[in-house]
Amino acid sequence: MTEQSIEQDGEVLIDLKDPILAAFLAWLVPGLGHYYQGRIAKAALFFTCLLGLFFYGLYLGGSSELGWGRVVYASWRTGDKRLPYFCQVGIGLAALPAIVQANRVRNSKAPWWNGFMAPPRVSDNVGDGVDNQPTIHTLHRKLHRYFEFGTVYTMVAGLLNILVIYDAWGGPVISVAGKEEDEETKKFGESDD
Amino acid sequence: MSSFLLAVIGANDLWFALPVIVTVSLVYAATRHEQIGFILPHAARIAVWIVGFMAVVFVILFLLAQFS
Repeated sequence: MTEQSIEQDGEVLIDLKDPILAAFLAWLVPGLGHYYQGRIAKAALFFTCLLGLFFYGLYLGGSSELGWGRVVYASWRTGDKRLPYFCQVGIGLAALPAIVQANRVRNSKAPWWNGFMAPPRVSDNVGDGVDNQPTIHTLHRKLHRYFEFGTVYTMVAGLLNILVIYDAWGGPVISVAGKEEDEETKKFGESDD
Repeated sequence: MSSFLLAVIGANDLWFALPVIVTVSLVYAATRHEQIGFILPHAARIAVWIVGFMAVVFVILFLLAQFS
C-alpha cells in the first residue's frame, strides 16, 4: 500500500491512499474510489451525475414491451458487433450484466431478467438461443431515435468515468490556465476584504 | 424558410442534450478542481462554451441548408 498526497487549488491536501485500489473502485462504481479516499463531495457528484445519465439512457433505450436496458448489450456476432459496449463498460458494475447475458446467449440459454441487457436477435432466424428476444430491426423500429439517445447517454457516461478513474488515481488535472484563473480569483477575493 | 421550420420542429429533441451538457460540464470541471467553489464556476463556463459551439454549428448548417 502506497500513500500519496497532493496539494491542489493552493490549499487542499488530498490523501490518495492506494491509487490503484481507488482507480479500481472508481471503475466499479463511479464515485466509490473518491469515497474511499474521503473525497465525499466529489464522490456524490460523480455517483449522481454518471449513474443518473447511465440509467436515464437505459430507461430511454427500453420499454415494458421490449424489455429494459436494450441499449447496453455485448455482442460480437456476425452482423452485430456492438462497439458502443466498449465505451459503456467504462461505467463498471452497472454494465456487467450484459456480459452475463451475452454468455448465456452464446451457450444457447435463455437470457435472465426479462432480457435486461440481453443481445437482440440479429435476424428473424430461430434457434439462435434468443428466440424470445426482439430483433435489432424491431428495437430500432419501435424505440425509434430513443435507441440512439440511450446508446449515446450510456456511452458518454462510460467515457466520462475514465476521467473519474484518472482523478481517483492521480488527483485533479490542473491546467495552467485554470490555475492562473484560480489564483486571480483568490487575489480578487483578498482585495475585496 | 422550410429549413428553418424543420429546425424548429426538431428543436424539441435538443432538450435531450441538456442532461449530457450538465453531466459533461460538472464531471469535467470536477476532474480539474477539488473544491466545489472552483468546480461550479468552471462547469458553468464549460456549459456556456458547449451551448455556444452548438449554436455556431446550428447557424452554419442552417445557412448551408438555406443557400444550397
